[in-house]
Amino acid sequence: MAVCIAVIAKENYPLYIRSIPTENELKFHYTVHTSLDVVDEKISAMGKALVDQRELYLGLLYPTEDYKVYGYVTNSKVKFVMVVDSSNTALRDNEIRSMFRKLHNSYTDIMCNPFYNPGDRIHSRAFDNMVTSMMMQVC
Amino acid sequence: MEPGPAGAVGGTGTGSGALFLPLSDSEQQRYSELFARCCPPGAAAAPPEAAAGGSSVGELFRASQLPPDTLHQITEVCGAKRVGYFGPAQFYIALKLIAAAQSGFPVRIESIKNELPLPRFMALKNDSEIRYGNPAELHGVKFQVPHATLEKNSYKRTDEGDKQEHKSPPMSPICSPPASPSSYQRTSLSYGYGKSRNGLEQQHGASYEVRHSTHQQDGPSSGNYGAKSACACSTLNRSLSAEREPLDSSAHYADDPWRITEEQRDYYVNQFRSLQPDLNSFISGSVAKNFFTKSKLPIPELSHIWELSDVDCDGALTLAEFCAAFHLVVARKNGYQLPETLPETLLPDYLQAASLKPLHDCTLFDSYSESLPGNQQTRDFNRTEKTSAEEVPDNSALIQDAKKDDKQVLKTSIAIKPIPKEFQHLTVKTVAQESNALKARPRSRSYSSTSIEDAMRKGEEPPTPPPRPQKSHSRASSLDLNKIFQQNAQAMRSGWLPPPPPALPPRPSVTQTEQVSEVELHPQMNRPPSQTEENSSIKKEVVLAQPPSKPVRRKFRPETQALENPELSPTINVTSSLPAVKPHLPVQKQSSKQKRAIQTAIRKNKEANAVLARLNSELQQQLKEVHKERIALETQLEQLRPVTVL
Repeated sequence: MAVCIAVIAKENYPLYIRSIPTENELKFHYTVHTSLDVVDEKISAMGKALVDQRELYLGLLYPTEDYKVYGYVTNSKVKFVMVVDSSNTALRDNEIRSMFRKLHNSYTDIMCNPFYNPGDRIHSRAFDNMVTSMMMQVC
Repeated sequence: MEPGPAGAVGGTGTGSGALFLPLSDSEQQRYSELFARCCPPGAAAAPPEAAAGGSSVGELFRASQLPPDTLHQITEVCGAKRVGYFGPAQFYIALKLIAAAQSGFPVRIESIKNELPLPRFMALKNDSEIRYGNPAELHGVKFQVPHATLEKNSYKRTDEGDKQEHKSPPMSPICSPPASPSSYQRTSLSYGYGKSRNGLEQQHGASYEVRHSTHQQDGPSSGNYGAKSACACSTLNRSLSAEREPLDSSAHYADDPWRITEEQRDYYVNQFRSLQPDLNSFISGSVAKNFFTKSKLPIPELSHIWELSDVDCDGALTLAEFCAAFHLVVARKNGYQLPETLPETLLPDYLQAASLKPLHDCTLFDSYSESLPGNQQTRDFNRTEKTSAEEVPDNSALIQDAKKDDKQVLKTSIAIKPIPKEFQHLTVKTVAQESNALKARPRSRSYSSTSIEDAMRKGEEPPTPPPRPQKSHSRASSLDLNKIFQQNAQAMRSGWLPPPPPALPPRPSVTQTEQVSEVELHPQMNRPPSQTEENSSIKKEVVLAQPPSKPVRRKFRPETQALENPELSPTINVTSSLPAVKPHLPVQKQSSKQKRAIQTAIRKNKEANAVLARLNSELQQQLKEVHKERIALETQLEQLRPVTVL
C-alpha cells in the first residue's frame, strides 16, 4: 500500500507530500529526500534519449526492508515519488505505473488551473481526494 | 399586537433593574413592530413571556450598523445577557441604546432616558421607511427584496445600466439553504450589499412561521454575532423560498442554491459576452483569472471554484462552465460553503441543456471542433511536444475515438453526437466518479499513444516521398549534376530566375551612356547564344526590347529546352517514385547529353559573368563621374545664388 506520495518540483523542493501513518512522517520525508538522489542518477543515465512515456516511469528506485520506493519523472522534471509498503503482496509494476499515470493526470489538471502558480504548494482538494483514494485503495 | 409597551417595559423593567423607560408614541409603535418581527410566532400571544428570537434580534442589531463591540455592550446593558433572552423589556432597552449609540451617546442606561431619535436600521435601497410601515406594506417589501441590491458591481465591472439585472440574479442563492447568516460576517462587502442583506433580514423577520428553530441558539447576544448554525436557518430559508416561489420564475424550484435562475443566467451570459464576444468560444484561463480575482475572494477558494467548474480541465471556460463558476462565486460571496464536488445543476451539460438553442447549433460543432483540437492541442502537445499541424486532425480524430470508446464502455445513450465536448460532459454526468478516469483516458492516449501518433504521422508520409537522388549521376563526380538538375527542376517547377544568363541586358531606363553600352552589349549577348540552337538567338533579339527580366528567363529557356526534354523524364520519374530501374538506362544516355549541354552552359555563364563584371565596373565609373559633375554644378549654383537676405 502506498504509504507516502510526494510531488517534488524541478528544483527539488516538495510541492506536495503526504503519508498515511501520521506518525513517523519525518521518516518518510527523509526517505523521499534521499530518493531524489537516485532519481537524479537515473535521469542523467538516460542522457538525451528520447523521452517517451516508458522512460517517465523510473521504476523501483531502491528497496529497504520495510518498503520500496518508486519514482516517476515528467518532462518538466517534476518528480513523483511513491513509497510502498513491502509487506503488501508485491504490487505489480503495471499497477504502480497506473498509479503514477493518475498522479500525472491530476497534476496536469492542477496546472490547468489559472489560479495555481507553478511552484506553489499544491492545495487542491481534487488532488487530495485522488491521493487519498490511491492510498486507501492500494491498502 | 403588544399591550402598552410602556407598561410592558415598566413591568419587566424589574428584570433590568427597575428601569422605567419613557417611550414616545412613535417609539412605542416602532419597537413593538420590531419586537413582533423578532418574536417567534407562537409566543406572540404572551408578550411578557415572549422572547425575541436571538438570531433575528442579532440580525436587526447588525442592521443598525453599529460596531460589534457596541452591540455587545448594548446587549449587556439591556440585561439580555443576564436574563438569557431578549424579553420585551430587554428588547426595547436595546433599541433605545441603539438609538443612543447611533446618536453618538455612550451606551449607558442613563443615556436612554433622554429623548432620542428612533434607532436607525440599515435600510433597503429606496424603501427604508417601508420596513417600519404597516404589515401590509411588508408584502411590498417582500416583493422588492428579491430584486434588492446585491452590489456585485462593487467588485465586478460597474454597469450602471444593468443594475436591475444584477440585483435580481444573485438573490436566489440567498433564499436557499445553508449558512446564509454567516454572510453577515462579511462586513467587507459593500454598503449596498449589506443593505440588501438586511433587507433580507427584514424579510426573515417577516416570516413568522419559522422561529422555533432559532431557540436552539445560545444566549441571544454572543451567539448572534458569531457564526450561526446552518440548521437554524434552514427552516428560515425554506419559508423564504416558499415566499419567493410565486415571485421567481418557474425555473427556481426546490431550495437549490446551486440552481441558476433565468435572471442569473442572463447576467452571467452578459458578463461572458463582455469578456468574450463569441458565446460559443472559450474564455482563456488568464482572462477568467483576472475577472474572478475582482470578486476579492481568496485565491485558494477561487482555485477550488475553478477546479469545480472546469470539468474538462482544459484551462478555459465555456459558457456553461463560466456560468457555473460565476454562480459558485456568487454563492460563496453570499456565504455558502463551496461544495466538494460540482452540484448536478451546475454541470455544464445540464446548463447547456437548460440554456437550449445556441449551444446546440450544429455550427457550434465547427467552432468546438476547431477550438477543441486547439485546446487539446495546446494541452496534449505541450506534453508530447509535438506541434506539427498535421496532427490536429489526427488528434481530434483520436480524441473523438476515445470519447466514442468511452461512450460505448459506459453504455450511455447519448443522443447528441456531433459535439465532442458534449461527449465528455455527458459521460461526466452519468458516471461522476469515473470522470477522472474518463478524462485520463483521452489524455493517457496522448501520453502513451505517442507511438500511435508517430505511426499516423509516418503513415501520411508515403504519399509524398522525398525525391529520390539520381543514382545515374554517381559517375559525374566532378560535376555536381544532382545539384544542377535539382536547380533546373526547381526552375522549371517554380519558374525561378535561373542562374545568371550569359549577358544581362542593361536597364533601359538608365541614362544615355548606358544605352550606348547597351548597344555594345548586344554583340556580346549575341555571341553566347550563337553557341546554342538557332531558335534561341532569334528569340533573344525579339525579346531584347522587353523588360530585362523576361528576356533573361526566356533566353535561358531555349537553352534549357534542350535540357528540359531529357530532364523531364528523370525528374518525372523521381517525383512519381517509380522504381529507378527502367528509367535508369535512358537516363544514362540522356545524362551524357546533359553533361555536354551543361558544360557549354557553364562556359557561357562564365563568359556572361565576365561581361557583366566589365559592364559593372564601367557603369560604376560613369556613376562616379556623374556624381562629380553633380557636385560641381551644385557648388556653382550656390555661388551664383544671390546672397540671402540678412
